[in-house]
Amino acid sequence: MRIGVLAVQGAFAEHIAMLQKLDAEPFEIRQKRDLEQPFDGLILPGGESTTMGKLLRELDLLEDLRMRIAQGLPVLGTCAGLILLAEKIANDAHTYFGTLPVTVQRNSYGRQLGSFSQTADIKGIGPFPLVFIRAPSIEAMGAGVEVLVEIDGKAAGVRYGNQIGVAFHPELTGNPAVHQLFLQRIEDSKI
Amino acid sequence: MIDSDPLLFIAKLTWLKLHKLDIVKDTDVIIMKNNMGKPLFHRMEFWRRVIGKYGCKHISSNGEALATACVLLYAMYEIGGSHMQNDRYELNKQLAQMLKGGVIMDVTTPEQAKIAEAAGACAVMALERIPADIRAAGGVSRMSDPKMIKGIQEAVSIPVMAKCRIGHFAEAQILQAIEIDYIDESEVLSPADDVYHIDKTKFQVPFVCGARDLGEALRRIAEGASMIRTKGEPGTGDIVQAVRHMRRMNAEIARLTSMREEELFEAAKELQVPYEQVQFVHSHGKLPVVNFAAGGVATPADAALMMQLGAEGVFVGSGIFKSGNPSKRAAAIVKAVANYQDADQLAKLSEDLGEAMVGINEQEIEVLMAERGR
Repeated sequence: MRIGVLAVQGAFAEHIAMLQKLDAEPFEIRQKRDLEQPFDGLILPGGESTTMGKLLRELDLLEDLRMRIAQGLPVLGTCAGLILLAEKIANDAHTYFGTLPVTVQRNSYGRQLGSFSQTADIKGIGPFPLVFIRAPSIEAMGAGVEVLVEIDGKAAGVRYGNQIGVAFHPELTGNPAVHQLFLQRIEDSKI
Repeated sequence: MIDSDPLLFIAKLTWLKLHKLDIVKDTDVIIMKNNMGKPLFHRMEFWRRVIGKYGCKHISSNGEALATACVLLYAMYEIGGSHMQNDRYELNKQLAQMLKGGVIMDVTTPEQAKIAEAAGACAVMALERIPADIRAAGGVSRMSDPKMIKGIQEAVSIPVMAKCRIGHFAEAQILQAIEIDYIDESEVLSPADDVYHIDKTKFQVPFVCGARDLGEALRRIAEGASMIRTKGEPGTGDIVQAVRHMRRMNAEIARLTSMREEELFEAAKELQVPYEQVQFVHSHGKLPVVNFAAGGVATPADAALMMQLGAEGVFVGSGIFKSGNPSKRAAAIVKAVANYQDADQLAKLSEDLGEAMVGINEQEIEVLMAERGR
């Protein structure tokens, strides 16, 4: 299974390492010509959403990827990746793909001193270590958005059709369950 | 054992105290490990039974209930927040991982910070004067005015870093108090201590430190640094030293990797670093933290050079705001880092950037800042 990992900035190497462990075939998406090859899924990693969003636009990747996501390309967005997917950003005038009907708040837990880790149950997985680094939160959701995991009564991970968006960093944990879930979804959607 | 309802939880705790804990001697302290939801800091005087230097600030309602119960109801309980100490260090290393593939830019005003953010910087370094000006001005240079740093924190949404002097832990405490995202214990400022670096394990906020070689890097990491950068000569626009440091680091890592295990003890002695650090590098073939390039980066080509030599990201100091067209140059360096292996792109990016900062060769300068702190 070929998975494109957006690699213009951020913790893309960690996602690639995780996918390799799971015998998927990850490759880096750094510019338009990287999209010429066929792929079955897309990962939007953690990093700085402003940096990634700007590069997506200027490297002419945004529209192409947006169209693929809208047409059903399975996508997993983690932290900044969730922000890129969100339809609305409460404290930022920008939006990027805008394909996931949620409103997120950037840096919702404050600066680095507010970063934390916590274990919580993810639907279909069970207890999972959630790592939040200057993380966003999901403030509101549209119809049809399924909550995968909650902390303090707030959604921290959601699924909407082919899109999974999480505010935390499964790629930093050594636990491949979220990536497995994502790959399984791709398998299932092929049948 | 936390419930979502604090009252229910306190009731259970009472029951536990009455029935289950008789066997605990009065002199013992029960340490409860739980997940507070958020880190602990500030308000130490109130949460005095809560382990951790800073008490609690933002914690979840469950954590709040537990802390209240432990502090007020049962003096014998102490809470070990599960993300203190090692967890905090992990989180700090992980923030550096999020910065990878990005450019961190020196800025001196909120306006410059906004230009940097708009150009795609993944973080900014707030400082009163950029290194080229510090070098030109001479004299003792110190931590920036916290008010100026706060102004920059308010202006941008990306992480904000700031520099303190080598060994000046009081400056670092001040930077932590204003909730800086990363402290750079930096040779660019005048060293405050010519023997000791800051014991960075005593801090909650992360530190980045400069290193010219593997020994320096591992010593800083042993002191608690969660990110390393080269110690290229700041404010010169001359890349030669950053290249030298990166190549030396890579060569030393390669050498350790190829050693037999029994040779590592001697290597630790030579490098003057803890054995465990040497062991890590031997088995992983890399530093235990993220490693950026810094010092002398002035052009997209400089940034691409450092990335191809193995840097995981780039600091740009004077190179941007000492150049003719800061906004354009900043954006070009960001793109150069994202596509550092694509010469066609780099060629386009390098076109028409206006004047680069005036460079100074290392033979022409009087103060070698990289010599500060070993």
